[in-house]
Amino acid sequence: MPYIPNTDRDRQAMFAKIGVKDFSELIAAIPEKYRLKGELKLDKPMTELEITEKIQSQTCRNTCTQTANSFLGAGVYDHFIPSAVDAITSRPEFLTAYTPYQAEVSQGTLQFIYEYQTMICELTGMEIANASMYDGATAVAEAILMAVRKNRKKKALLPDSLNPTFKDIVRSYTEGIGIELEYVPMKDGVTDLDALKELMTEDVGSVTVQSPNYFGNLEDVDAISEITHSQKGALLIASVNPISLAILKSPGDYGADIVVGEGQSLGNGQSLGGPLFGFFATKLDMARQMPGRIVGGTVDVDGKRAYALTLQAREQHIRRAKATSNICSNQSLCTLAATVYMSLMGREGLKEAAIQSAQKAHYLASELSKVDGISMKYPDAKFFNEFVIETKCDAQEIVDNLVPRGIYAGVVVGKNQLMLAVTEKKRKAAIDDFVNAIKEVCDV
Amino acid sequence: MSKTIFEYSSDGRHGVILPEREIDIPLSDMFDEAQLRKKDARLPQVSKLEVMRHYIGLSSLNHFIEKGMYPLGSCTMKYNPKVHDHLAKHTCFANLHPLQPESTIQGALELMYELQHDLAEISGMANVTLQPSAGAQGEYVGIKIIAQYHKAKGNTHKTKIIIPDSAHGTNPATCRLVGYDVVELKSDENGRCDIAQLRELVDENTAGFMLTNPSTLGLFETQIEEIAEIIHSVDALIYMDGANLNALLGISQPGKGGFDIIHFNLHKTFSTPHGGGGPGAGPVGVVEKLLPFLPVPMVEKNDEGYYLDYSHEDSSIGKVQSFYGNFGVLIRAYVYIKMLGGKGLRRAGENAIINANYIQAHLKDYYHIMHPEFCMHEFVADSSWQKKKYGVNTTDIAKRLLDKGFHAPTVYFPLIIPEAMMIEPTETESLETLDMFIQAMIEIAKEAEENPALLHEAPTTTPVRRVDDVRAVKQLDPIFKIED
Repeated sequence: MPYIPNTDRDRQAMFAKIGVKDFSELIAAIPEKYRLKGELKLDKPMTELEITEKIQSQTCRNTCTQTANSFLGAGVYDHFIPSAVDAITSRPEFLTAYTPYQAEVSQGTLQFIYEYQTMICELTGMEIANASMYDGATAVAEAILMAVRKNRKKKALLPDSLNPTFKDIVRSYTEGIGIELEYVPMKDGVTDLDALKELMTEDVGSVTVQSPNYFGNLEDVDAISEITHSQKGALLIASVNPISLAILKSPGDYGADIVVGEGQSLGNGQSLGGPLFGFFATKLDMARQMPGRIVGGTVDVDGKRAYALTLQAREQHIRRAKATSNICSNQSLCTLAATVYMSLMGREGLKEAAIQSAQKAHYLASELSKVDGISMKYPDAKFFNEFVIETKCDAQEIVDNLVPRGIYAGVVVGKNQLMLAVTEKKRKAAIDDFVNAIKEVCDV
Repeated sequence: MSKTIFEYSSDGRHGVILPEREIDIPLSDMFDEAQLRKKDARLPQVSKLEVMRHYIGLSSLNHFIEKGMYPLGSCTMKYNPKVHDHLAKHTCFANLHPLQPESTIQGALELMYELQHDLAEISGMANVTLQPSAGAQGEYVGIKIIAQYHKAKGNTHKTKIIIPDSAHGTNPATCRLVGYDVVELKSDENGRCDIAQLRELVDENTAGFMLTNPSTLGLFETQIEEIAEIIHSVDALIYMDGANLNALLGISQPGKGGFDIIHFNLHKTFSTPHGGGGPGAGPVGVVEKLLPFLPVPMVEKNDEGYYLDYSHEDSSIGKVQSFYGNFGVLIRAYVYIKMLGGKGLRRAGENAIINANYIQAHLKDYYHIMHPEFCMHEFVADSSWQKKKYGVNTTDIAKRLLDKGFHAPTVYFPLIIPEAMMIEPTETESLETLDMFIQAMIEIAKEAEENPALLHEAPTTTPVRRVDDVRAVKQLDPIFKIED
């Protein structure tokens, strides 16, 4: 039997020591009527060779983004991942280790989390980060819950320009505990500042901004920060693209109080959208309100530098119903990938990835703008690596017509609107191919 | 202690070179000056070899499954087969974008469809959502479903959920997140739910009951039929925390034994790696009447193939993960189930139970065991004898185990057993390894008697000695101070 070393002889020896004749005596506590008669109705067991064949046949019925010419984004991006990332995350020392509760035999995990926290704070301009949330969406939701813990104000403003899935998940996480959500409308692809000013009443506890926003546009973060902080105690939550932060203004510099986002771009594959990971960073004065695990530096009894999980009195295993969050397992291995990725890319490499992503996206935008029947949906907005085009023909038709050519044309965000993302991996020739193809299918 | 990666940094070094720019548009043409970063993020500047040495160096400081046993109760640290990782990572599965057209992800959808059904069969439930990212998020989905069920029925008076005192901390934390009051139920002298108290607590306001079965004491809830009757009599629902499902594989199907909702921990029962704290996956199964409330989308099949089904969107609790769940984790659990089949899963459950009972039989003369009956896949010993007689506590014993090459058991949990040590060997440990672990525990019991200083000072052979976690809180140091 796979993975089970006990032989029948071993079992007999163990039964003798335990003092039973057979296995059924050990489960006498399970009422007879609740015991399964016969076997589970599952496929007959496969060998490694057979399951490998099956998985390979399944993967043959997919076309992955390596072989297609993909312009899909919407939160998950196909950035370059150096092979060394996988070499580290595949190490069983990291892969099969448990949560680092026993610090003395978990220093490897604890130290990389400490380094990860430091890197996230560098990018975001914050002072403390946690060890991760499940994804960018739950990170935003947890940020809103934390803001309520901090200032006790139960109204939260969400921009219409926020990723719609994030909105759904925020609603799910906040509806049961009486947090009131209000939505700030969009104007020309970004948050309508006048509308925000009007909604920014005394009872607002937090304002969330996503920049670049769901549609790829950069928000006027300075103005939003100023409006948010015009009400005493209100907190600004920024949801950001971590790669963009290599060149774009750090949220700490525009006064964000909590910075979160989807971290997948940092060294993690697209993997059909999971696992992802959410990063979560804030100012030190909110450390005790934070959700999730946090690693801190300390010493051992000999005074030697060491690391440990810290501020655990916030967490569910200690505080139970009064915990700051119910999160236990997070996305640790994904943050290891992010840490190794950021170390390899380094200061200059991450900047270069960000610059090339932006340049290629801008090139694509300008080439598409020359096509009859295609225009920029938000011509006045600045964008990073993603933008929306307005198409004369039906956007879904464009997508469907390009699939047979091995092109994933983007995400349909309106009947005649298509959202496209580009990373540094995309070659100019692939962009040109795409522009030619869209000309043909979008014949007006 | 190892230097941090930042201390290897030197201007001009790099680990990765990107292709030359094919398009060169100046930043000032793309962004306004005010939108740009003023000062570079001080990420380390190191060579590739330095990065590799640094993180491989760190990895050597960890305990992990291939190094030694992890007798962690309720964590099910079984062997993680390498074929799982290989198939998850080195196939096209790793490079799928979640918003690709359905026609281009048929293989991935087939895998998810079959996994939904396999997990439903294993648990005896009607269907399963794969979306939750971890056990605690599975709980969240389960309790949201309870709330949605009552909302649909107009049960506006349901305000509380009952949870036994032996439950994981995630249970009460989750109920609060959904907005329920938590009422704690005591365990009786047999370590089971106190039925008399349960009858008192249950009333019209009861929305649900969360039960870990087998419990964190490693005991099967023998009175489950009666419990189900009491809970269902007020139209409340029973949620099973599936953290300990390993004990029931092929032995009992919770969905056919009174439970309405269950979550699975794929990173426990179904052998996907813990990754030092995730990613896991926490699928949730429900009985027939709760199907309309499952998150969207589910994976379904028609004549044209597999598709993402949003048809129950109006009744659903909505989404809880950005896309469809931790797909990379799902692949591994799928391969595990396909390779074991019904017979193999039953065999896993049986041997998990035998191994735990074998250790318990050996240790019961050396350590106090509050409920010394046959256990399921785990049992709880404690160090109350050692504490009273020799001033040695559970932390001392746990740290001494580290010196002997084993990970510690789950300690000080469940909270209802003082000085608890919750021990779960899993089915993948051999008789010889179990004997070595037993030997180590017996030696420690003797050391407590003869030389307690050995335990107080432990560990001495680990990369660092006992870590000062009080200082980690009082002198909070969450990030490295990078020098410019």
